[in-house]
Amino acid sequence: MSDSLDQIFVTLNHWITGFAPGPWQPVVSALVSVAGIIGVFASLFAVTTVLERKGLGRIQNRYGPNRVGPYGFLQPAADGIKALIKEDVVPRAADKVVHYLAPLMVVIPAFLVYAVLPVGRNMVLVDYDAGLLFFFAIGAATELSVFMAGWSSRNKYSLLGAMRAIAQMISYEIPLILSAVTVVMMVGSLSTTKIVDAQGGYDSIGLGNWFVFTPWGFAGFVLFMIAATAETNRSPFDLPEGESEIIAGYYIEYSGFKFALFFLGEYMGLFAISGLGITLFLGGWQAPIEALEVIPSWGWFFAKLLALICVFIWIRGTLPRLRMDQLMNFAWKFMLPMALINIITAAVWHFMQPGWERWLVGIAFVAGSYVLLGRGLMEGKKLEKRTYRFAE
Amino acid sequence: MLGEGIIKGMAVTAKNFLGSYVSEERLTTIQYPEERQALPEATRQFPFLVFDGDDWQKGLRCVACQICEKECPPKCIYIEKSKDKKPDYIGKPQLYPAVFDIDLSVCMSCQICVEVCPFDAIKMDTDFELSTDNRFGGLLVRKNQLAKSNQYYHKIHPTEADEVDGRLAAEKAKAEAKAKADAEAKAKAAAEAKAKAAAVPNTQPASPAPPK
Repeated sequence: MSDSLDQIFVTLNHWITGFAPGPWQPVVSALVSVAGIIGVFASLFAVTTVLERKGLGRIQNRYGPNRVGPYGFLQPAADGIKALIKEDVVPRAADKVVHYLAPLMVVIPAFLVYAVLPVGRNMVLVDYDAGLLFFFAIGAATELSVFMAGWSSRNKYSLLGAMRAIAQMISYEIPLILSAVTVVMMVGSLSTTKIVDAQGGYDSIGLGNWFVFTPWGFAGFVLFMIAATAETNRSPFDLPEGESEIIAGYYIEYSGFKFALFFLGEYMGLFAISGLGITLFLGGWQAPIEALEVIPSWGWFFAKLLALICVFIWIRGTLPRLRMDQLMNFAWKFMLPMALINIITAAVWHFMQPGWERWLVGIAFVAGSYVLLGRGLMEGKKLEKRTYRFAE
Repeated sequence: MLGEGIIKGMAVTAKNFLGSYVSEERLTTIQYPEERQALPEATRQFPFLVFDGDDWQKGLRCVACQICEKECPPKCIYIEKSKDKKPDYIGKPQLYPAVFDIDLSVCMSCQICVEVCPFDAIKMDTDFELSTDNRFGGLLVRKNQLAKSNQYYHKIHPTEADEVDGRLAAEKAKAEAKAKADAEAKAKAAAEAKAKAAAVPNTQPASPAPPK
């Protein structure tokens, strides 16, 4: 029973594909999967926008949207209709073609990367040997589209936003990939399905063999999620769109549905990179303990994804936006050395015999580098309550 | 240590998040159309014309002096004087506004018209739900829409309205007293004149009273 529930979508796909004539079957199977991915993640986007607004509201002791539909959960439908019927303004001085292409270029790579994400057992669209490489290569295309949007609008704010975005995304791409490299070193493969398989099984205390439960994996996961936050331009790394300084950054000149597409692309990127974080460190669709395997694999994947989204919302509700120099210092003086040391930690862990010594050395590496690098980052900074000379 | 503040901040936001579900007092939001906040007495939104009594056309205090029209900074008031006159609250015949329009889209709620009005005829309303579905005609508020009773004024600004009423009553009393005094003086003068006229023969002591 639980097995058939686990494979329900795979069976469904086979059943639909069975209606197609022989030579067309691979194409139909792919199309059905693509439709499924787009449908599921687009509706997840809708749910997330409500969850985010409600969550932020609650953090700020407000209700959040509660008017459209039950508990405001039909708000995205209203927003979508609004975005569709709004006037689409294109600045006269804009580079029209690039201005038009930029929102599409945000959305397309954001959807493409889902091809290699295993959302459940046997549920991956294409099982590339170099799936991880594909993910990072396609994911990096977002930077291009952001700069296309910023440049083609011919607006100083959008250009500033695009510049910030490029600087930020390229800086954080490095720790992002370096923290993922540890997993590749351990698994010995770039294939996302093999990475998930490597995290299967349970250890001596009954916990899943997830990489996050190792010192290097934990450090790698935290580094990966921080870099992912910066990659997806989310608070506290939302300098490219900083409302208070450069109004909306690179999408200041976008209105109507193009603006909605940017939003969609941003959230799709967030889900994709969270999904990759799950695949790399949180055991993909694996259950944390054996008894919980009754819940189907895809259920686990989406449960983890929702949990990560909630953490993102929580962080957004907590942290104020960084300054540009703080952002760069954090990337180059903390994240990058930390990720490099983490690679060494992973190597040491790999070559030591299993046992408590391995844990001790691993924890010492991670904690030591964290404390020392953190001290280096805080050096020369006096953290105290700010006093105002003229106000108050 | 690095990250200490972040943990503390996350704890604070988590506390607020969970607390908002536990205790309703945390939520400061007022669910507007259903719940309403009591407006402070000094609220002002848009002017209205006060009338006394029941008939708004008869009781309108405005005498079309056009001071407010001239003082209005954004020039949102338009007044046309009447040709005839009608008695005001004292009973003195006064002009009245044949047309009194205020453009809602231009008014900036500065209250200067209220400050300058010597007749306490224009006051600020507290009604703020003024949107219409017609942005041309609907935003031009006519005299009949502007006229609101003194009772309404008492309801929205009780203290101020009492003060105004007291002042008007004092003025009326003064006017009445003056009128009475005038009348008395007149009567007295008339009586005196009469007496004088009557006394004129008496004041001629030399001549004896003519026999009747």
